[in-house]
Amino acid sequence: MDQPSGRRRFLKSVIAMGAVGLPAPGQADEAHAQHAPPGVPAASAQTSAAPPRAYMFLTPPEVAFVEAAAARLIPADELGPGAKEAGVAYFIDQQLFGAYGTMAKKYRQGPWPEGTPQQGYQSPLTPQEVYRAAIRESNLYCRRQYGKTFDELAPEQQDQVLRGLDEGKIALESVPSRFFFDLLLANTQEGFFADPVYGGNRNKIGWKLVGFPGVPAVYTDHIEKYNVPYLVEPVSIADVQQNLTQGDEHGHPQHVRLSRDR
Amino acid sequence: MAATTLKPVDVVLVGVGLTGTIMAKELAEAGLTVVGLERGRFRDTYPDFALPNAHDELKYVRRHELMQDLSRETITFRNAMGETALPMRELGSFLPGEGVGGAAVHWGGLTWRFLPWDFETRSRTIARYGQDQLAADCTSQDWGITYAELEPSFDRFEYLYGISGKAGNIKGTIQPGGNPFEGPRAREYPNPPLKTTFAGSLFRKAAASMGYQPFPVPTGALSRGYTNPYGATINACVYCGYCQFFACEMGAKASPQTAVLPVLLHNKNFTLRTLTNVVKVNLDSARRRALSVTYVDSRGREFEQPAELVVLTSYVLNNVRLMLLSGIGRPYDPVRNRGVVGRNYAYQTPSAVTLFFEDKVFNQFMGAGGLGIAIDEFNGDNFDHSGLGFIGGGFFSAASTGARPIGVRPVPAGTPRWGSAWKKAVAHYFNRSFPITVQGACQSYRTNYLDVDPTYRDAYGLPLLRMTFDRHDNEHKMSVYLTNKAAEIAKAIGPSKMNVNPRTGKYTIVPYQSTHNTGGAIMGADPATSAVNKYSQSWDVPNVFVIGASAFPQNGGYNPTGTVGALTYFAVEAIRTRYLKRPGQLLT
Ligand SMILES: Cc1cc2nc3c(=O)[nH]c(=O)nc-3n(C[C@H](O)[C@H](O)[C@H](O)COP(=O)(O)OP(=O)(O)OC[C@H]3O[C@@H](n4cnc5c(N)ncnc54)[C@H](O)[C@@H]3O)c2cc1C
Repeated sequence: MDQPSGRRRFLKSVIAMGAVGLPAPGQADEAHAQHAPPGVPAASAQTSAAPPRAYMFLTPPEVAFVEAAAARLIPADELGPGAKEAGVAYFIDQQLFGAYGTMAKKYRQGPWPEGTPQQGYQSPLTPQEVYRAAIRESNLYCRRQYGKTFDELAPEQQDQVLRGLDEGKIALESVPSRFFFDLLLANTQEGFFADPVYGGNRNKIGWKLVGFPGVPAVYTDHIEKYNVPYLVEPVSIADVQQNLTQGDEHGHPQHVRLSRDR
Repeated sequence: MAATTLKPVDVVLVGVGLTGTIMAKELAEAGLTVVGLERGRFRDTYPDFALPNAHDELKYVRRHELMQDLSRETITFRNAMGETALPMRELGSFLPGEGVGGAAVHWGGLTWRFLPWDFETRSRTIARYGQDQLAADCTSQDWGITYAELEPSFDRFEYLYGISGKAGNIKGTIQPGGNPFEGPRAREYPNPPLKTTFAGSLFRKAAASMGYQPFPVPTGALSRGYTNPYGATINACVYCGYCQFFACEMGAKASPQTAVLPVLLHNKNFTLRTLTNVVKVNLDSARRRALSVTYVDSRGREFEQPAELVVLTSYVLNNVRLMLLSGIGRPYDPVRNRGVVGRNYAYQTPSAVTLFFEDKVFNQFMGAGGLGIAIDEFNGDNFDHSGLGFIGGGFFSAASTGARPIGVRPVPAGTPRWGSAWKKAVAHYFNRSFPITVQGACQSYRTNYLDVDPTYRDAYGLPLLRMTFDRHDNEHKMSVYLTNKAAEIAKAIGPSKMNVNPRTGKYTIVPYQSTHNTGGAIMGADPATSAVNKYSQSWDVPNVFVIGASAFPQNGGYNPTGTVGALTYFAVEAIRTRYLKRPGQLLT
């Protein structure tokens, strides 16, 4: 946003959004589009109010790995887009860059004997460090096995590698492969279903897939309507903060009904 | 660092959560100067719990925004004495609170009275079945208090928290639509039950057709606006489905913030100090009297707060840890089965049956804390245990407590963990499934206990609490039996598929099970086998009261907090009416 034209555009659209709402941390504007990391779509000029999105922790090869893995864990198929399209790689990047990635609220003192499965997370590595080491080591394995990195493999080969990690059959150096796989799978599912404000679940893809309304409304009148679907346009935290929904005094949005059955 | 000694007060409370706020209110009202020390921050319905941010699944369920910061303090855990305990590095199995209101900010609201049988587990088991019904190493025992003694205190807690429910037994007369197995109560619940969901209605019908007596789960999610005896008003629940793990944006969940603090914070006798971590209770040289507590504040300064009365209201785990670190009572020695502090740690045995349908939608993302229809035929000793090889039980309920897709998206057993087939199953069943949950009790054993870890330390340099725990044969057999009974009801409802998951195998610290930790500072009639008397008063240091589920000698088949609330009122009543007149041991 250091170019004058960028700043002008920014200010103009902040004003356009009204005094109450915050600008949407949305998509990269044109000026940044060509440098945008993979998976972060360039936005049209009208939506350029938002500060640009950028990968903060993952390196380009790591982004490629995570995107490719996410696309297999939750694929785009006849039911609609999957984890890659939902922006899960960007979600994971943002999580790793923040408190989660550095285990800010977790116990980090040693010693670190391996422990039993019942004793849970015992790695001295933070999630940041796990991704960094395990992606590199998984790609080394793929090179040895197939002569290519993970993201360059055919989907069936990628599934084979993911199964190998899932079942602990591929040995990684820094962490047990199942440990890395479980983390990757959990974070992918989080990124698919978490509120879009975290950078994943783009266009509420995950919520629309299952019919989840997001920020809840008052359900007092619907709770006793048995076997009656509740089909609404899902609402994000950002939608409410930016006054894009009608709400009551407690902040419950009024959901907009959809007619389509699912 | 030298501690600064503060002006003495009458009472110092460690922890300002569910039990701490009630204690503070009652003692401040009795005219005592009360200081409440809370390690976490101040929080209130507005602005801390305001929408839209308060209902964010990632932040609250996965990143544990409202819960204990383990970077400063955690516990260590092992299944058995022969293993090396390792730190619980991230939250999982249970989710202790931190900050004003404690875990009762993010609790689920189910509010039960333990059964009369629960308070006399050992003697009634032996009387009905003989000594052999109890495992040889089972240390479950009677509480030293009966249900009848506690009844008025249950009543006070339910009226404080405005519990919504339907009585099943008023003064011995069975009430249609309530739980016929509950102990007799003096009067109806203060508020009527919540509405019934589709899942609840199917369960009710099926259970009734099998001869069971279904009833609405009593809960602190309120069916209507209510002003309690303290004058605090709790609002009506709107079934938003974000209750357990979350704070309530509506002030409609009974909690310290809604039921006590609005009044307590205006009492001039009460001083709240947040971001203060208590590290020790200081005793006289004979270890018969507590003089003060030492705490560290948010600027790293150390203070000593002298008080006439020290009340530990810091949840089960820290109640026990502070006793061990301060030398209050003799630590438990599992090898010799001697000593009391740390003894009889127990943790419930939950299980579930998940029902899947092709043609029905349940909208389970709607719901309320504790919203459900239950049966109690298989709780406590409500059924004949002859020949079953276990004691205890639990209630079953078809629960609609809010389904959010990161954490609650059941798929039929055999579905792959990822890929298109997984995605398809999630998309189809997210709204076409619901659970019948089984809350299983847990007996106490010599090998399940709490002590001080030899290796790992907290941010203040003090040893962590070490938990040694596994469920025994009794619990596994019980879980299989109960879960199969629940599956029979599920079958009668007619799902296309169901997952039947009894709790077997080793206890693990990883997935969430319940925050129903109990024991470690148990009550009893005998100082040789209990840390506190029935007034929750330390046998060894009579000006220390230890309040909470730490006093449960074993775990029941219900959520604990109704009984915790009752023990709190029972204790404070004794302090107000007897202890203050003549400080000292209330039972001799
Ligand atoms: C997710 C969840 C769901 C639950 N659902 C239910 C339910 O549906 N029904 C039910 O019966 N129960 C439920 N519970 C349990 C219920 O929350 C507890 O029983 C209740 O809060 C216990 O009250 P307490 O006062 O002992 O502890 P808390 O309410 O947790 O208060 C303890 C306080 O002490 C503070 N503290 C601890 N150590 C120190 C120290 N050293 N110095 C200063 N302060 C300290 C803590 O920060 C905390 O604020 C649930 C719990 C959780 C986590």
